[in-house]
Amino acid sequence: MYTRRYVLTFPPDKVNEPLTFHLIKDYNMEINILKADINAGKEGKLLLEFRTGKTDMEKGLKYLKDKGIEVTPVSKQISLRYEDCVHCGACTAVCFTDALTMEKPSWELNFKPEKCIVCGLCLKACPLNLFKMEFYN
Amino acid sequence: MGIKKTYEEINEKIKKGKAVILTAEDVTKMALEKSPAEIARSVDVITTATFGPMCSSGIFINFGHPDPPVRMEKIMLNQVPAYAGIAAVDAYMGATAESVTDIKYGGAHVIEALIKGEKVELQAWGKGTDCYPGKEDIRYIDKGSVNEIFMFNPRNAYQNYSVAVNRSDSVKYTYMGVLLPRLGNAMYSTSGELSPLLNDPDLRTIGIGTRIFLGGTQGYVTWNGTQFNPEVGKNQHGIPINNAATIAVIGDLKKMSSAYIKAAYFEKYGVSLFVGIGIPIPLLDEEIAARVSVSNRQIETTIFDYGSSGKPQLGITNYEDLQSGSIHLNGKKIRTAPLSSIKIAREIARVLKGQISSGEFLISKPVQQLIK
Repeated sequence: MYTRRYVLTFPPDKVNEPLTFHLIKDYNMEINILKADINAGKEGKLLLEFRTGKTDMEKGLKYLKDKGIEVTPVSKQISLRYEDCVHCGACTAVCFTDALTMEKPSWELNFKPEKCIVCGLCLKACPLNLFKMEFYN
Repeated sequence: MGIKKTYEEINEKIKKGKAVILTAEDVTKMALEKSPAEIARSVDVITTATFGPMCSSGIFINFGHPDPPVRMEKIMLNQVPAYAGIAAVDAYMGATAESVTDIKYGGAHVIEALIKGEKVELQAWGKGTDCYPGKEDIRYIDKGSVNEIFMFNPRNAYQNYSVAVNRSDSVKYTYMGVLLPRLGNAMYSTSGELSPLLNDPDLRTIGIGTRIFLGGTQGYVTWNGTQFNPEVGKNQHGIPINNAATIAVIGDLKKMSSAYIKAAYFEKYGVSLFVGIGIPIPLLDEEIAARVSVSNRQIETTIFDYGSSGKPQLGITNYEDLQSGSIHLNGKKIRTAPLSSIKIAREIARVLKGQISSGEFLISKPVQQLIK
């Protein structure tokens, strides 16, 4: 079984299609909706965690792309200017998926973007304003 | 017979390259196996350090006289107002001053830009007098083009600091970072057993005139810091368990490094400045050796609810627990996070150790103790 997190960006005319229904039924996916920003008539975004076998994962992602849905790994949604980080640790206070943790005993910031759920709290917590996020904007 | 060393004896050893210098963390490890007497005998100096946001910081700057001269009565640097009420071309730029156009930019950013050698726009206005006929001076300055820039921070290096939590139902944006509702997290500052004033709780060696590492150069303690409070209760290890002593410090900005001075913006609070400070503590006797051996478990501090008016006190914790990643409060496990960088504090302690070892940094006896 594979677990992957993706942000799906879909054009206004696809908002009304039951995409998640097909992913579950046709590709045996366990789906966890982590974040959603969907408005009728506008571009929509969904942050989903998929859990399924390798083949179904590939087929399911192909199904989405064939439908005109943009599929981006969640790690591409967040970026950190790590070279400017002072490793104060303030961002780790608000990151509940442990994408941001303090490495011990070095006390360096450990950044694992694949664990991110694009909640956006680190953007406000970083005193040096080093995070950027696509979904958030 | 207890061991006694003088500042002069230790400096002689430093000059001969024979002084034994450890960081405050190293001496705490050493104390697991050695007695204070043995430590006092074998170690001469320990280095302490901190790198955290310190709002009460700023710079004095003298721009040099333009032609025609202007009695600068209103001054802005990169759109950030400076205090202009001293003489004609002197000013003070506080770290927390905010730009008139961008609340996320302020005095701290101007300070960091000047350290980096960047050009900063000066805008100054005066009413025009017989001796200062000019009414306006607008130009770009940098640290090479002005007479003096020295950092003078009225309150730095707090001896211990509160832990901030939030029991309310809404997020609180504070100078202690983002506090999540219903005890969602706990924020702490100070570098624990590495922190300068926690290694000299009775301020025997840190006083007026003490030479320190400030922002990458040599600076000095000038006075007790503002809000200096020696009355805070101490635990059985002699550690004040809440915000206690502070120091006012001075140093030449032109010689500072932006690796150790960084501008910061705290969401919905404002601008602040990360300041890097290192202080050497000479091991003059066994009592000082025992003090510098203090460990994170022994350093306790008080937890306050920043989400309720009056900031009620909720309990006591220690730095070993805080640094473990979580503390327990009222039966609830709360995630903890630091605000000051232990990584950079360690780097400062190591750099200072190297400077003392090479003889370029000598220890100094306080001219006077910091007693209010």
